[in-house]
Amino acid sequence: MSLLEVRNLRKSYGALKVTDDLDLSVEEGELHAIIGPNGAGKSTLIAQLSGQSGSDGGSVRFDGTEMMGRAMHRRVRAGMSRSFQITSILPGFTALENVASAVQARSGSSFRFFSPVAEESALNDQALAALDRVGIADRAFFNAGSLSHGEKRQLELAIALATRPRLLLLDEPLAGTSGAEADRLVEVMRGLKGAVTLVLIEHDMDAVFALADRISVLVYGRIIATGTPDQIRDDPQVRAAYLGEEEGT
Amino acid sequence: MRLIPNRAWAATILFTAFAVLPFLAVALDDSYLVVIASRILCYAIAALALDLILGYGGMVSFGHAAYLGIGAYAVAILSRAGITDLGLHMLAAIAAAAVFALVTGAISLRTRGIYFIMITLAFAQMAYFFFVSLSAYGGDDGVTLNARSTLFGQTILEDDTALYYTVLVLLIGLYLLAVAITRSRFGRVLTGARENPVRMQAIGFSPFRYQLTAFIISGCMTAIAGVMLANQTSYVSPAFMNWHRSGELVVMVVFGGIGNLLGAVAGATIALLLEEWLAVLTEHWPLLFGLILVLVVLYSRDGLSGLFRGRR
Repeated sequence: MSLLEVRNLRKSYGALKVTDDLDLSVEEGELHAIIGPNGAGKSTLIAQLSGQSGSDGGSVRFDGTEMMGRAMHRRVRAGMSRSFQITSILPGFTALENVASAVQARSGSSFRFFSPVAEESALNDQALAALDRVGIADRAFFNAGSLSHGEKRQLELAIALATRPRLLLLDEPLAGTSGAEADRLVEVMRGLKGAVTLVLIEHDMDAVFALADRISVLVYGRIIATGTPDQIRDDPQVRAAYLGEEEGT
Repeated sequence: MRLIPNRAWAATILFTAFAVLPFLAVALDDSYLVVIASRILCYAIAALALDLILGYGGMVSFGHAAYLGIGAYAVAILSRAGITDLGLHMLAAIAAAAVFALVTGAISLRTRGIYFIMITLAFAQMAYFFFVSLSAYGGDDGVTLNARSTLFGQTILEDDTALYYTVLVLLIGLYLLAVAITRSRFGRVLTGARENPVRMQAIGFSPFRYQLTAFIISGCMTAIAGVMLANQTSYVSPAFMNWHRSGELVVMVVFGGIGNLLGAVAGATIALLLEEWLAVLTEHWPLLFGLILVLVVLYSRDGLSGLFRGRR
């Protein structure tokens, strides 16, 4: 059984079918990249899988459990986390507090009103470890809003990791990062392989082909091909629909 | 956040000043001072309660006067029924406020921004007109209380100074409670949901439950202020829940600086003092008050508490 089984997933905005009877299987432990031209529906798919947006129909089974109709926070608690294409952090919190909040969400009740949360070392230690993993431990006590764009991308990943997901949906984690920051994030993702099942949406083809175990190609809301990086590179349908545009000749 | 180490000092100074004020009143032979100050402390509790959800939760309630009224009517209704104990008045006020906040909050929190403001206002107006039509308790005119609440069967609250210190103790206790809440796990979720609700959902929190809980806590605290205000004025009428009053509470919070609790106490103090002083100068005092409010908001985003911190 696959960790994530998506069947006949649908979503339309008016007459536009953004997700069109989409099927997708993600195996436990793999890094499964989803590529496709702009407007193919990649971010919508992540939003549907994570529960941020509703779906018009279909099934999303995670570890055998149906997730359709469950709110985002309940899917996160079940083990499905996501990062955002457009950085989504708590700008007024420090980087450490951002990550510690994610640790807090999965460790005990948050209906505690009296003891100061900043002094809970169990939360802070795990948060610091996550920041260290993505390479911004030295920014722990900086306001998240004051970090550079690349550092915010790293923070975003640290927050997602701190929820201790079994399945992590990454929506363009490298978007807008500099070379060094991107290298760092690619290394982090490489380190996560095997330990966490990853669904990666990314425009950086070098990173995708270097990291992915399998790649699915999404065009107009449908998966037109799934395979290893080599299979995808040689697939004539894919070349026509997507890679062909870039290579042109 | 920067001022937290200083906030404890500022709070100590402010509350100490309030604690010695009755001695000053005796020295000046001005008993009216204690009466005004009691009123200020009651409003400080209400402003503190509002700042908890407005400043930390991002919920701009424009109907918080309803809870003042609920607290006040709890005193009026129980007193007429022969129940005079302050503790029971408090319990009834808190219970009624909790129910009102639970129902109206659950509905209001389905909206955001200007809609939240309007829907809380609408609920408060409904409460207002309910009490206007309550002819058994004087309708529009309200009722005069024959006596203040009793404390352990004693009528000591009839003494203005005793009443004053009772309100002060309540204010300090509720202030410390509010500070603890904002620093707790709960407070972090509440603040996080203000900063970015989608992010909070994406780490596994449902903001609604936390926001609703905070809304109820704030309503109950405001009802406590209403109980004390009814005792202070010995008079209860629907005017307690008039929407002007809700607006004044928001003004106090903004005046003192949103989201630092002590600012709400200072804001209530300064706003009511200005009202007293300006009213002596001219009957058009709201004009001057408005001007001062505009200047404070223009020149200090953090209200009066920002002035003490210097510029960024």
